[in-house]
Amino acid sequence: MTGHDHDHSRTFQPDHAEPHSDGARVGLALRELLIEAGHYTPEEEQAVIAAMQHASPQDGGRIAARAWSDPDYKARLLANGAAAIRELGYEIEPYEFTVMENDASTHNVIVCTLCSCYPRSLLGMSPAWYKSASYRARVVREPRAVLAEFGVELGDDVNVRVHDSTAELRYMVLPQRPDNTEGWSEEKLADLVTRDALIGTQRILPTD
Amino acid sequence: MTTALFEVGQRVRIADRTPPAHHRVPGYAKGQVGFIERVCGLHGDPEKFIRGDGKPPRRIYRVRIPQAELWQAYSGATGDQLEIEIFEHWLELAE
Amino acid sequence: MSKPWGPHDLGGQDGGPIDLAEHDTAYWEWQIDAMVRLALKKGLISDFAELRDGIEQLTAEDYANCTYYERWAKSLAHTLVSRGIVSAEQLAAQVDAVRLRQEAEAR
Repeated sequence: MTGHDHDHSRTFQPDHAEPHSDGARVGLALRELLIEAGHYTPEEEQAVIAAMQHASPQDGGRIAARAWSDPDYKARLLANGAAAIRELGYEIEPYEFTVMENDASTHNVIVCTLCSCYPRSLLGMSPAWYKSASYRARVVREPRAVLAEFGVELGDDVNVRVHDSTAELRYMVLPQRPDNTEGWSEEKLADLVTRDALIGTQRILPTD
Repeated sequence: MTTALFEVGQRVRIADRTPPAHHRVPGYAKGQVGFIERVCGLHGDPEKFIRGDGKPPRRIYRVRIPQAELWQAYSGATGDQLEIEIFEHWLELAE
Repeated sequence: MSKPWGPHDLGGQDGGPIDLAEHDTAYWEWQIDAMVRLALKKGLISDFAELRDGIEQLTAEDYANCTYYERWAKSLAHTLVSRGIVSAEQLAAQVDAVRLRQEAEAR
């Protein structure tokens, strides 16, 4: 099973598409009042939304593929994530950006237990499970059980390192390069990388 | 103010206090001891942003704590660790 | 180890299996996201810390029952009302207007 199959096997459903809850109505009402009072315009709103929708895990995949292909780039990425990511032309918010490398002996996984901090400006909208109470509560205390629910079974020879994103740093996992990919182009390598692999809830399995 | 109080490898204790307002230290990490994994930059103080400007900025450190010390009856490998970002004014040197 | 101090302080607590279903982001959720970012950009709030502070003041029940962007909406509304940028009466009237419009559209 490749990483892509893993993602596609999940159900896909709209999240409260009808804004009829009390909270949604408060938000829509506030939006209308702020626009009416001239605090911002619908055009500004559309520009912000378009910019946010532009970011996607594919960008993370291209960064990972470059790091797999170029050891010097990988060293720069691990030493100063923000600078190395900007080097490839990506605009990211002014957080410190920390890239953690998964290898045969260490598996990194990211969470934000207090809210749901996520590298939105690089990877786009976070998945619903990342924001869920269960993930935030459990992955710090029982990371192996949580990873098993994602299909990641780790032996005791692999240390798990959980990163709780509590302040001004943002994280991306550099997945371990799968075996049997020698000589692959960066483009082909980038296609192997999934959003969940960049958060650390998936390992990219060797291709056949 | 720009000089970091702690350096990589030092053992530090995270303060066990609960201000009755916004702060960024989760309950499970309060009072825990770990090692400075890396020294990060200066950032606005989240506790000073409520009707304020976040000043003075505070240094952030990444603190590494063995999971087996963090949780009773932790069931993973002994090498498992947790890393967390803590602002300087929440840290003191541990014995 | 200290007790959690708000409904958001979830690390280490018990929880059920993780729901791995993917969710689309609805357009109203993007609008709330953009509203918070623009409120920051325009100086209506000083930092994301203020948004988080408002979320942390939700009751445990409200926190658990609200979706992610509903919490953002309630927090920003709370802050902007307490700051006098909109009045509670204005907001209540506009919430009614949104509800009536939605009900009319549904008919």
